[in-house]
Amino acid sequence: MLPLEFSDLSYAVGDTRIIRGISARIEAGPRTVILGPNGAGKSVLMRLCHGLLIPTGGRITWHGARNGDVRRHQAMVFQRPVMLRRSALANVVYGLELAGKSRRESGLRAMDVLEVVGLAPYATRPARVLSGGEQQRLALARAWALGPEVLFLDEPTANLDPSATHDIENIINAIHASGTKVIMTTHNLGQARRLGDEILFMSNGRLMEHTPIDRFFREPASAEAAAFIKGELPWQ
Amino acid sequence: MNSLGEAFIAAWQLLAGFDAELAQVVGLSLQVSITAVLIATLIGLPLGATIAVERFRGRQMLIVLLNALMGLPPVVVGLLVYLLLSRAGPLGSLGILFTPQAMIIAQTVLIAPIIAALSRQTIEDAWREYEEQLRSLGARRLTAGMTLIWDTRFSLLTIVLAGFGRAVAEVGAVMIVGGNIDGVTRVMTTTIALETSKGDLPLALGLGIVLISLVVVLNALVAVIREAALRRYG
Repeated sequence: MLPLEFSDLSYAVGDTRIIRGISARIEAGPRTVILGPNGAGKSVLMRLCHGLLIPTGGRITWHGARNGDVRRHQAMVFQRPVMLRRSALANVVYGLELAGKSRRESGLRAMDVLEVVGLAPYATRPARVLSGGEQQRLALARAWALGPEVLFLDEPTANLDPSATHDIENIINAIHASGTKVIMTTHNLGQARRLGDEILFMSNGRLMEHTPIDRFFREPASAEAAAFIKGELPWQ
Repeated sequence: MNSLGEAFIAAWQLLAGFDAELAQVVGLSLQVSITAVLIATLIGLPLGATIAVERFRGRQMLIVLLNALMGLPPVVVGLLVYLLLSRAGPLGSLGILFTPQAMIIAQTVLIAPIIAALSRQTIEDAWREYEEQLRSLGARRLTAGMTLIWDTRFSLLTIVLAGFGRAVAEVGAVMIVGGNIDGVTRVMTTTIALETSKGDLPLALGLGIVLISLVVVLNALVAVIREAALRRYG
């Protein structure tokens, strides 16, 4: 269903303009990282793309959508995983059944995905008693099980320690390798460098630049991006 | 002091001997209040869940109204149901005034708002946490509502038990619509009120002990369930 295009996209709550006229085109393939300081509007942009928020101006177009139902072909993982009060396996099955899969098919698929993210031994554990890192891996498994064309990740490791972050990043790369388009937000430059192929740099509700990762770090085009890189990596 | 002691002893003898009159009164109490709680849950839970997840005009007003109805005085409920069921009332043709059915209706009216208001709060708090995730997974309102009810089931059970506690301990409503007829519509609370005024303290005290024990056991049950659920499901 890609490419995904924004034209003059805006979002405002009352008088507060959170997204201020963004135009961009996101192609299939490269891992896209939406980078920027807190409050730049990254998460809101992602929610607009995923359809959780309705734009107050401009348009979002999925150019490659074959039928009207673009929601079925995308999934999202949130900063704080929301787990239902049931087993880890049942959490994955829940998503699959909502997507219209049969109970049997869902169970098999869910078990496969838990295996891949290393949670198979915890399948019958209540999801909410898992650690933060395990819950986020489970959230990734739940999203991945749906076999989405596009996976949105909103600061997926913001609350995690380095080791859990490492696990999550490996899974994100595996999802990318399986052919799913990964679009994620982060404010962490190290993570952007490790996981990004292209950068959309946002500041104050505006898209400041949209460049391949190498060029972004070598020669940021905007003063804001240069200041952000310098602020985050003052030793460079 | 002496008469109080004697009354206690007599009350224990009634309890220990499974006194027929006492058992009958306790049985009717449970029957009326349990039925009322079941009906009130069937009404209040879906209502609370709907208000929790839907957005519509007048929603805030409805929430204020429901919260206010939680404090409804039982005697006023009794009076309203009495007027409704009395011979000249709109439902007079049913002929159920002064029957256990009338008492069930009164207690249902009394506790349905409690169950609706408290479950609305519980489910709405959960909705706030789950909304984006459930919408992202493509859950429609009805599915989301069912998921929320299932996920908050232990809190909801606590609410239902609280409703039962309120129903079984209430006097005013059942007194008015039941009429406190011996062997027909006498429940624990109305019997206590009557026997006390008649001076038959052993029966009143015996029923009082049953009632208090019931409330204590209920609350212990609530605590145990919550504790177990927290440990098991987080």
